Amino acid sequence: MLGIISQKVGAASSSVMVLGQSLQRIRPAVSTCRGYSSTANQMTVRDALNSALDEEMSADPKVFLMGEEVGEYQGAYKITKGLLDKYGPERVLDTPITEAGFTGIGVGAAYYGLKPVVEFMTFNFSLQAIDHIINSAAKSNYMSAGQMSVPIVFRGPNGAAAGVGAQHSHCFAAWYGSCPGLKVLAPYSSEDARGLLKAAIRDPDPVVFLENELLYGESFPVSAEALDSSFCLPIGKAKIEKEGKDVTITAFSKMVGYALQAAEILANEGINAEVINLRSIRPLDRSTINASVRKTNRLVTVEEGFPQHGVGAEICASVVEDSFGYLDAPVERICGADVPMPYAANLERMAVPQVEDIVRAAKRVCYRDAKMAAAA
Amino acid sequence: MRFIPESNEKRIRCYRVLDDSGLQLISNDFKQISKEVALKMYSDMVTLQMMDNIFYEAQRQGRISFYITSMGEEAINIASAAALSADDVVLAQYREPGVLLWRGFTVQEFANQCFGNIADTGKGRQMPVHYGSNKHNYFTISSPIATQLPQAVGVAYSLKVDGKNACAVTYIGDGGTSEGDFHAGLNFAAVMEAPVVFICRNNGWAISTSVSEQFKSDGIVVKGQAYGIRSIRVDGNDALAVYNAIHTAREMAITEQRPVLVESLTYRVGHHSTSDDSTKYRFINEVEYWKMARNPVKRFKNWVENNGWWSDEEETELRTSIRKQLLQAIQIAEKTEKPPLTEMFSDVYDLPPSNLREQEKQLRETISRYPGDYPSDVSI
Repeated sequence: MLGIISQKVGAASSSVMVLGQSLQRIRPAVSTCRGYSSTANQMTVRDALNSALDEEMSADPKVFLMGEEVGEYQGAYKITKGLLDKYGPERVLDTPITEAGFTGIGVGAAYYGLKPVVEFMTFNFSLQAIDHIINSAAKSNYMSAGQMSVPIVFRGPNGAAAGVGAQHSHCFAAWYGSCPGLKVLAPYSSEDARGLLKAAIRDPDPVVFLENELLYGESFPVSAEALDSSFCLPIGKAKIEKEGKDVTITAFSKMVGYALQAAEILANEGINAEVINLRSIRPLDRSTINASVRKTNRLVTVEEGFPQHGVGAEICASVVEDSFGYLDAPVERICGADVPMPYAANLERMAVPQVEDIVRAAKRVCYRDAKMAAAA
Repeated sequence: MRFIPESNEKRIRCYRVLDDSGLQLISNDFKQISKEVALKMYSDMVTLQMMDNIFYEAQRQGRISFYITSMGEEAINIASAAALSADDVVLAQYREPGVLLWRGFTVQEFANQCFGNIADTGKGRQMPVHYGSNKHNYFTISSPIATQLPQAVGVAYSLKVDGKNACAVTYIGDGGTSEGDFHAGLNFAAVMEAPVVFICRNNGWAISTSVSEQFKSDGIVVKGQAYGIRSIRVDGNDALAVYNAIHTAREMAITEQRPVLVESLTYRVGHHSTSDDSTKYRFINEVEYWKMARNPVKRFKNWVENNGWWSDEEETELRTSIRKQLLQAIQIAEKTEKPPLTEMFSDVYDLPPSNLREQEKQLRETISRYPGDYPSDVSI
């Protein structure tokens, strides 16, 4: 069982298809919580993002896109496919290779009242523009006493992909999540992608939108409501993907899928896990997380990023501050290994969390005795 | 096989209208300015000069924490501002308060920002000289060097898309041109055909780094062509030359929808800031020379006087009046109360999130419980 799972997540090209199948098995649990109609549509995350961009550009002429390869090439990951043809070169700008340049331009355009959506080919490259993101975009509204707002969205793939090595696999959720003035979002499903990207574009504050390359091709069911062009998800609210009562598992982005798979394995062993899809790294939905921990009394945080100063560390601190008396076990953090991401497939697999890591952590916080946890 | 030499045989010539003593050079083409504009220019140059002197002293007396003077660069400040329209959006570095002064920011408003009081349009958020005013189309000063260059291109792009009869204008020093953002900004401006005027104040020094240690090129003007940008070198201490060059550059930027680079040669008479003592790295006689013999304010004054537009009495009157205004502005600013506690938590986002509202509440509770730990003169 474990061997099959590890094979599923290790291989790049086949994993997408197989993960999709795994999710299909999990879907019944999700649908009872959400209660959507059985004739719901399916949509890939890629199409979800593309449709969100299309609709927001159509609704507001101030919205424009900028980035390397977003126009003629249809987007390095095809997220912006078809938009150049539809909206023209004034609204879909192919830029020279200067992250600092186009990020600065985006910030300046936002200062003046336009609504740029800046794409980083991966957030690893945002480091070359991070001064504009932090010192200008995040802080300008405060430093200018409200005179210069920055309605900008920075989006792109974040975190580990498959076989791309250290400089293409870094997760920046904790980096941007620590900065006041920014909002930081991490969608998981297609509904998340649509609702959160639309919310981000409409938001007057600067938003860092962390996508995941491996999720782009994933297909998810979307409700009719989510397909409507006015659909929007609230920023700062987490989603309980699966209700449970024995242990809380928090995750964001791709790890939500892993957490749901882990929850299924745990269910077969009598542990009823509650899976929280954070959706929003900043503001972090502390009340949903704490309410869940007060119910289950146990917490496992999951992220692909590095352990020190990570998102899990923040969640743990928040729970210790607000719900210490409710914890029946120490909090467990499941994170990526504290090493620059290696390339070799076997090493890469060991450097990122796998479903069985989450399962084992959940069992540990339940003191390994599944029967005891189930009886409680 | 011929290599392009690393430098031209001759340095790029400098455009000037007045000679060193303020006499108009007959041969040079320039646009005549009216007496009204000339007198406002002169008056603002004097105000800037005096404001710098008095506010610098205030810092030395411990009344404000920090200050940056623009001494020696009054012509660039005022004359460039005079050549622009009120709709042109200005993104400055930090040695260009004269532009804001020209546009109507009062000495009281300058003082309020330096003291960070409740009347400060910046709500006491920033250290001194980080002025900003949307009303005057002058974006709030941001400390990191050269970040305003690509941002100005972004603004210019917005103006271009809107078809506005205005351009973006951005200032940078000689040192700032070493930043990556200079390269990115100029390259993009050219590629995007953005209506932006880049004004480089080449004043010879970047804190203690002289231009000979900053770059090996013939100043900044030669870099423009490398990006496909039309450029000019101008005598930055000649107010009329600066006025004309900027006026023309602006026209080109808007009608031709292209960026233009103007290198203004000048000298940084003052220290880099109140945290600097430039006697440690440059000769006092060099500074004195530029301060006395190559003074842009005196040079323009001579021209204005030769036109019969100014007298000694008016000079005394002007200086007395400005001095009084400045001293009064400082006194009032110093006594004005500081911003209340709410301003610590507002404007981080458009609307304050729940965690900030909570933090503010907790802070107020702590202050009411332990008032002795907090200054009594700060309103909550």
